[in-house]
Amino acid sequence: MKKIFFVICCLLLFNSNALAVVEVDITRGSLDPLPIAVSPLHVESNTAEIKKDNQIIENIGEEISKVIEVNFKRSGLFNPLKKESFVQNPEISHVKPRFEDWKLIKAQVLVTGKVNISKDKLRAEFRLWDVVAAKEMVALAFSTTPDNWRRVAHIISDKIYQRLTGEKGYFDTRIIYVSETGEKTQRVKKLAIMDQDGANIKYLTLGNELVLTPRFSPQNQLVTYLSYFRNLPRVYLLDIETGVQEVVGDFPGMTFAPRFSPDGKKIIMSFAKDGNSDIYTMNLDTRVVEKITDHTSIDTSPSYSPDGKRICFNSDRSGLQQIYVMRSDGSNVKRITFGKGLYGTPVWSPRGDLIAFTKVHKGKFYIGVMRPDGSGERLLTENFYQEAPSWSPNGRVLIFYRETKTDSEGKGFSARLWSIDLTGYNERRIDTETDGSDPSWSSLLSK
Amino acid sequence: MIVLTALSLPFMMKKPIDLPPILSVDLIQITDKTNIPFAAKAAKILEEIKKKEEERVVSEQAPPSKKKKEKPDRIPLPDDLNKEKKKIVKKKQNPEEVKEQVRQASEFEKKELFDPNQIAALIDKSKEDTAETLKKNERLTQNSVKNSFATGLTLSQEDALKAQIFGCWSLPLGLPYQENLLVRIKLKLKPDGNVLRSEILDHARMNQPGQGFYKVLAESALRAIRICQPLRVPPTGYEKWKDLQLNFDANEMLKG
Repeated sequence: MKKIFFVICCLLLFNSNALAVVEVDITRGSLDPLPIAVSPLHVESNTAEIKKDNQIIENIGEEISKVIEVNFKRSGLFNPLKKESFVQNPEISHVKPRFEDWKLIKAQVLVTGKVNISKDKLRAEFRLWDVVAAKEMVALAFSTTPDNWRRVAHIISDKIYQRLTGEKGYFDTRIIYVSETGEKTQRVKKLAIMDQDGANIKYLTLGNELVLTPRFSPQNQLVTYLSYFRNLPRVYLLDIETGVQEVVGDFPGMTFAPRFSPDGKKIIMSFAKDGNSDIYTMNLDTRVVEKITDHTSIDTSPSYSPDGKRICFNSDRSGLQQIYVMRSDGSNVKRITFGKGLYGTPVWSPRGDLIAFTKVHKGKFYIGVMRPDGSGERLLTENFYQEAPSWSPNGRVLIFYRETKTDSEGKGFSARLWSIDLTGYNERRIDTETDGSDPSWSSLLSK
Repeated sequence: MIVLTALSLPFMMKKPIDLPPILSVDLIQITDKTNIPFAAKAAKILEEIKKKEEERVVSEQAPPSKKKKEKPDRIPLPDDLNKEKKKIVKKKQNPEEVKEQVRQASEFEKKELFDPNQIAALIDKSKEDTAETLKKNERLTQNSVKNSFATGLTLSQEDALKAQIFGCWSLPLGLPYQENLLVRIKLKLKPDGNVLRSEILDHARMNQPGQGFYKVLAESALRAIRICQPLRVPPTGYEKWKDLQLNFDANEMLKG
């Protein structure tokens, strides 16, 4: 009887397993950037009339695709394939790609599109294709003035980035920074603005006055910065769209790093009053100044969390410069850094999950990130001198400036803008006409 | 006499300890049947082991005490050797017994005679050739006998499949460091390893707000499956693996 029971049990066990779904865990994969083919956008025939006058417009399809490629390459997430390897002609591929041809060159996704330029109007449309699944992933069209073609390229890049990563892009953005020229002891500092890829550099001030710490509003294209007028620090507001500039106020003593609140209605900064540096806010509507910290130590570099409920700042109240987090009313101050070295210039990520900082330890400068409770500290880059990180609007890339003892010609010293992503592997220099410092990243121009 | 007896007893007791384990015979069976193609270096190791095993087989079948005497007395004739081999063959004639021994023996013997790292190396080196070898060798390995009860695939078959998909899966690098980066895809396979039907098990999650990354991850997993087609599946046992679930887990990779 027992034997029969045993045999039945065995049979049942065997049968149940035979019918079960086989599960296999895939825990590894390729971390190489995604191979993407960006086919030059096909320029429609009625564009020919305008071709004669404008060299760029003649090649506008190719130029747009190049800008998209550069954006993707710099992101570190995509690997744009060489155009020489493309089998299918752009004139045909924008209608219906031959996926076998694109599979042949190992492309996993493909970008095709076309441009039509009439007198004052540029219309660009693009399609993103999943080459492997042979299906369309997204298709959009944009209209603008022909001069704005670079922005169209950035917007297309953002849409593709969002579709392929699940988070918003950061290509249709601008960076404001302090352009520096001249000897180290006699630097001429101008306010400059450029696209995130280094194109379209414009100088906003003449260089007569010292300008410092420009910061973009997270809501719009307003900039606040510090400038010295007759040796007195002044905080300015500058509207990038209109060029209108206004003085927010004169502040006594040393004033540091004005920065917007997340809703753009306040400015938070630190300045020295009666010999003691504390953190203050100013309501931009009422111009009422409110003291947030009241401590005998030096409190500087405040930055709001994206929900506006908390503020991070650095202070030497424990003896050494460390990072602290408090409620936006100044209560519940908590120290979050306890590592070796000095911590400064904390900046809260737009995503809210991380705080970027500069760390100084044993004569070296590091740019790093940590969670708002101080845990999970990661140092992304190390150098002789670097500081002032600023987040891209999607909270994935940091821009900062780095000083080197010598410039590219081996003389003097040099200050340049650099970017690094959260992996810490994708570090790139952003080429500017002059030396640059104190960069600040804008929010997305197109929302 | 009592003292002599007492002293001689421990030696009597020690002799069985010196006996080579019976299980070693079964290891030769394993190597004969395995479907893993061995690298040149590994083949040498196996040959050496085989030789050792053959020696052990001989010594095992003959009583130890007698064997010691045989060596000095006379050279064993070919007939004698044949008789011994026949004895071994006779033992193998009962398949049920052999299978039981094989199962019991394998794990221990592998640990004794093989470095597990070497086996892993063999599997890794043979990734490219495994699929072809599997087609040629239709017999199940010892591992497959054991593991097929649990998963329908042997460890080596599972490893070959994993290795294939690892190479095809481009992880979306821009994913946020979320806690749940697991995508489960259920596949209905054809006997040749091509995919008949695929289904994302947590499909509803793709359209949930704030879960945009999940859609991206799921698409990358589907892309990997398509690139990998046909999947490296065993040539036999279709009923066991025709329903296959692949769990793509990006957590380890992205959290580093």
